[in-house]
Amino acid sequence: MIDLAIVGAGPAGLSAAISAAENGLKVTIIDEFVKPGGRLLGQLHEEPDGKWVNGITEAEKLFKRAIQLGVIIKCGVSVYDLVQLDSGWCLYTTGSSIKAKSLLLATGASETAIPIPGWTLPGVMSVGAAQVMGNVHRVKPGENGMIIGVNVLSVAIARELQLCGVNIKGIILPQPSLIFGNASNPEKNMESLLRLAHLAPSPLIRFGGKLVNPKLGARLYPKNGFKMWGIPIQLRKAAIEILGDNQVDGVRIADITATGEIVPGTEKVVPVDFVCIAGGLTPLSELAAVAGCSFRHIPQLGGHIPLHNERMQTNLKGLYVAGNITGVESAKVAMAQGKVAGLSIAAQRKTSSNRMDNQIQEAIENVKETRRKALIQFQPGIEDARSQLYHTFNEYSEAKVSI
Amino acid sequence: MNSMRVDQHPVLGNMGQRQKLKFVFEGKQFTAYKGDTIASALLASGVRTLRRHEDKGTPKGIYCNIGHCFECRVRVNGQNSVRACLTPVENNMIIESNVSRTMTSRGGKV
Repeated sequence: MIDLAIVGAGPAGLSAAISAAENGLKVTIIDEFVKPGGRLLGQLHEEPDGKWVNGITEAEKLFKRAIQLGVIIKCGVSVYDLVQLDSGWCLYTTGSSIKAKSLLLATGASETAIPIPGWTLPGVMSVGAAQVMGNVHRVKPGENGMIIGVNVLSVAIARELQLCGVNIKGIILPQPSLIFGNASNPEKNMESLLRLAHLAPSPLIRFGGKLVNPKLGARLYPKNGFKMWGIPIQLRKAAIEILGDNQVDGVRIADITATGEIVPGTEKVVPVDFVCIAGGLTPLSELAAVAGCSFRHIPQLGGHIPLHNERMQTNLKGLYVAGNITGVESAKVAMAQGKVAGLSIAAQRKTSSNRMDNQIQEAIENVKETRRKALIQFQPGIEDARSQLYHTFNEYSEAKVSI
Repeated sequence: MNSMRVDQHPVLGNMGQRQKLKFVFEGKQFTAYKGDTIASALLASGVRTLRRHEDKGTPKGIYCNIGHCFECRVRVNGQNSVRACLTPVENNMIIESNVSRTMTSRGGKV
């Protein structure tokens, strides 16, 4: 039986493996993708100081450090069941089964689909799929594309696709009646985009980031949108239907009002050979559910979250979580959380010491600091939502003790 | 269709020389590079339809590209329901669309 099994070789899983192995634990990581790195692999963005951050190099650094420490990484292996044992966990995988004293789920997030008519045609894919195709496999998803769904992720990936030599004809909203929530509301979308203000070449948006409130921004907003890196971002147009017989050949779009209603008589067809759907991210938590973990629904964190505390422990003995399974945030936050998880698992397995407790406290502070500095915050109110969740966890544990 | 490959990239750099692999999809011969998944190799060759919907016959391709959605399932060397997006191409692989030739998904004979 090994000390720690980790599901997911992304930023959270690799960072956790590193800090656990640094403290003497025997660690195995399992990931179903062909190489380690998780969603770090596709990422490529420019920091405010103009430096490029390449997720592939970041992933390599983590991978090399983990290997150096004797961590075993198994790629191309899927986990399909988890069973709690007296002394730990058993993982049933498409390879051999693995028994471990502690188990960390660092499975990340998955993308939410938006079922626009025509969305199952070949050539329609999630925006993350296009990112992986272009940046990881180095194959263009198509020559001319349109992205449906305006959010920080879709804008960032549009830029990445452009660097791959792909022409993005526009980023537009989905048809309002198709989805719940705010994804079709120009005002709400403006709010989230303002966080990328430092990258925006448009003065409206740049000033918007500091001065203009989102409501006003969405109204002032030119009907034909604005451009970032030459890519039209159109908060006043919506995709009605994706067209094509055997594969995508166009998108039918229409104008929408500032509050998201379709303007009759404004429909037109834009010819494209691929379409990306950007419906946002939601924590990928099936394995926590299979394990029998308790959940809370927390919209600020992107969906159903396994109940856990600040030390990344769930309500099940020996089961931990880190990264986007605990809420959708940036890769840097995921790495910081991974470190917390690795350390608290090590503290649990070895004799806990004051030194170790201090390290854990420091790592917890670092998560908060990283979150505060994050360029991309997917949802407002993350910190408060997390405090609330930790509070719930403590109440839950106390309630259990008193029974 | 080499034009679908991103061999040069302003930030990520150039791909350089890669080993070529041969594989068969639906009876036709294709070329892949080492490191390709079935999905990336076929997309680079201009193939977007990986299978047909079992009942409706509508064309299906990749959707999530990271193993979650199972839209890209194909038959590889006789094994059904293999995810094209997670499976590296190997030399002389035989890949077919994942449609049973004798049964529909509801179990009836075609």
